[in-house]
Amino acid sequence: MANLTLVQAINLALVQEMERDDRIILLGEDVGLNGGVFRVTEGLHKRFGGHRVVDSPLAESGIIGTAIGLAMAGLRPIPEIQFEGFLGPAYDQLCSHAARMRTRTRGAFTVPMTVRVPVGGGIHAPELHSDSPEAIYAHQPGMKVVMPASPYDAKGLLLSAIRDPDPVIFFEPKRIYRAFREEVPEDEYTIPIGKARVVCEGDELTMISWGASVIQCMQAIEKSGRSVELIDLRTIYPFDMEAVAASVSKTGRAVVVHEAPRTCGFGAEIATRIMEECFLSLEAPVQRVTGFDTIMPYYKLELEYLPETERIGLAVEETLAY
Amino acid sequence: MTKTIPTISSTSIRSHGGARASRSLPAGVPPDTIVKWFRDMLLIREFEVRTMQAYQEKKIGGFCHVYIGQEAVAVGCTAAIRPDDPMITAYRDHGHALARGMSSRHCMAEMFGKIGGCAKGKGGSMHMFDRANNLFGGHGIVGAQTAVGTGLAFATKYEDEVINGGRSDRVTLCFLGDGALNQGVLHEAMNLAGLFDLPVIFVVENNGYSMGTAIERGTTMAHDLSVKAAAYGFDAIEVDGMDLIAVYEDMKAFCDSCRAASRPGFVDMKTYRYKGHSMSDPRKYRTREEEEHFESGDPIGKLRDVLLSAGVLDEAAVAAMQKEVRAEVKDALQWSEESPAPGIDELYHDVYVERWGPYTGTSLPEMLREEKR
Repeated sequence: MANLTLVQAINLALVQEMERDDRIILLGEDVGLNGGVFRVTEGLHKRFGGHRVVDSPLAESGIIGTAIGLAMAGLRPIPEIQFEGFLGPAYDQLCSHAARMRTRTRGAFTVPMTVRVPVGGGIHAPELHSDSPEAIYAHQPGMKVVMPASPYDAKGLLLSAIRDPDPVIFFEPKRIYRAFREEVPEDEYTIPIGKARVVCEGDELTMISWGASVIQCMQAIEKSGRSVELIDLRTIYPFDMEAVAASVSKTGRAVVVHEAPRTCGFGAEIATRIMEECFLSLEAPVQRVTGFDTIMPYYKLELEYLPETERIGLAVEETLAY
Repeated sequence: MTKTIPTISSTSIRSHGGARASRSLPAGVPPDTIVKWFRDMLLIREFEVRTMQAYQEKKIGGFCHVYIGQEAVAVGCTAAIRPDDPMITAYRDHGHALARGMSSRHCMAEMFGKIGGCAKGKGGSMHMFDRANNLFGGHGIVGAQTAVGTGLAFATKYEDEVINGGRSDRVTLCFLGDGALNQGVLHEAMNLAGLFDLPVIFVVENNGYSMGTAIERGTTMAHDLSVKAAAYGFDAIEVDGMDLIAVYEDMKAFCDSCRAASRPGFVDMKTYRYKGHSMSDPRKYRTREEEEHFESGDPIGKLRDVLLSAGVLDEAAVAAMQKEVRAEVKDALQWSEESPAPGIDELYHDVYVERWGPYTGTSLPEMLREEKR
């Protein structure tokens, strides 16, 4: 057991999985010699060689398209896209090919590919380097979307993603890449895709979040002094509605917190599902604490945009007082 | 000083077709094999004619792009590679599927949207996939398949170097239309292929038009596409795609050299589609004279003449073969007609892996909701 950051936990998962399975190939811009833009793949090029840890040209569509071909031919590619904003050029390959191949071929061809992508704000970067596009990819049937909020979960979820026979976008929240450490077992363990985590139990209100915002939620809950149940979704799609419904049926109140813009953010889906499945348990309207319906601002306004503890705390108060 | 842009007349670009003497039979190929190629071309032609009829009778939904005129390309290229070599193409894909060995029943039923289709009627005309015959689709977004083709070749190289210890030597044939020359992803794919020494051949089925836009109206250097490959450091050849023997001989030599060197290649495959881009194309962008010029040099007629004059087939044998493919396609149509349509429960299958039972999603149709209750 070692005390690891999120970056180190992902690195460990990659090393162990590459040792186990020689079908795994990493490719992306600067993932090799330079260890990746956030140094997540540090040391892997030296350890596994340039055939397995491939520095690709700067060409996102080409990287993802090539990875799809690798996967259809039976390998387990793990492409890295440097920032979530750079998924744009690869959108066609992800949504026109990867997500649809199983349905289109009636299961004859699948795309077991894990796309690793740093995501979200909080590191003083501009737009396209601070966005949260998880709802866009969750909206694509056939795609799985995962976002860990802790080093322990990152390792377990990444192993599940790599072994999953469907394409997975594995979003890594940059803000917590090195923000804290956690005990991460050396031994192999997996965390199933589609299962949420109850971070802390409570009976007055359910808070649902994912990614780096989970930390802000924990702080807000502590500050509020109320009995709030915090659910870290971990998988955005297919998401664990069972866990959400069980908690909201118990508490009768819900607040959803995410970084992405409010309109059509994944919180909208969760709020609707709560309304559909827990209507008779609800004591208050479901609140959302989110980014705004604007382009992600540059760093001076960054903390205004992201759901901070104060805004989350206000939503908790309002929902409880309703 | 004003730069002078050379003008190229459309006739000079499309000078390949028309009635011309064909080559003699390729050396070292058993006559039976060539007869099989001839039959494959006949089958594709008959299949596509009946496909058009079925479309007009509204038995085929969506959009439909037929391969009539280009038969020598799919058949000749398939003949030039090994069965384990991956092949991938765009949406004008019925010819590739049949040439690669998909049964005409499964191919036709797929277009009918019936359960008997190669993907149980889930993919349709543009998405022919055949795992057993290493056909990796059938893709609807112009040019997008080229990066996937590069990946298929990358897998061969990876297996060769990392897993199999130098025993994988497949060549991937990645087909694209001339319209795809102007898609950005092709250039990413070609750069990757050149950079990593990937055994993939980009075969441009250059039929002269991307939908209604003549190649010289949409593509730079249309008179010499080899420069596109030169930019990425690999060899290019030009092939008369209206002559099956030329396609076979030129592609065989090129595939063999790309295989031996583990290098990419580029082919300007000059061909012509007799019909419109899709079934609803009035073909206002070209003349009937041009169409007749190409039809006069039909690849099927050309090979028939060669086989007749070489004494491999006689008129009676050709007539018998024509009768045979007509019967085969008739059977495919009937089989597709009788094949059941997919039930609503098919909708939720194969969206995701069904390790834990069928995927239920979040938006079950009413019928399934009833069943679930």
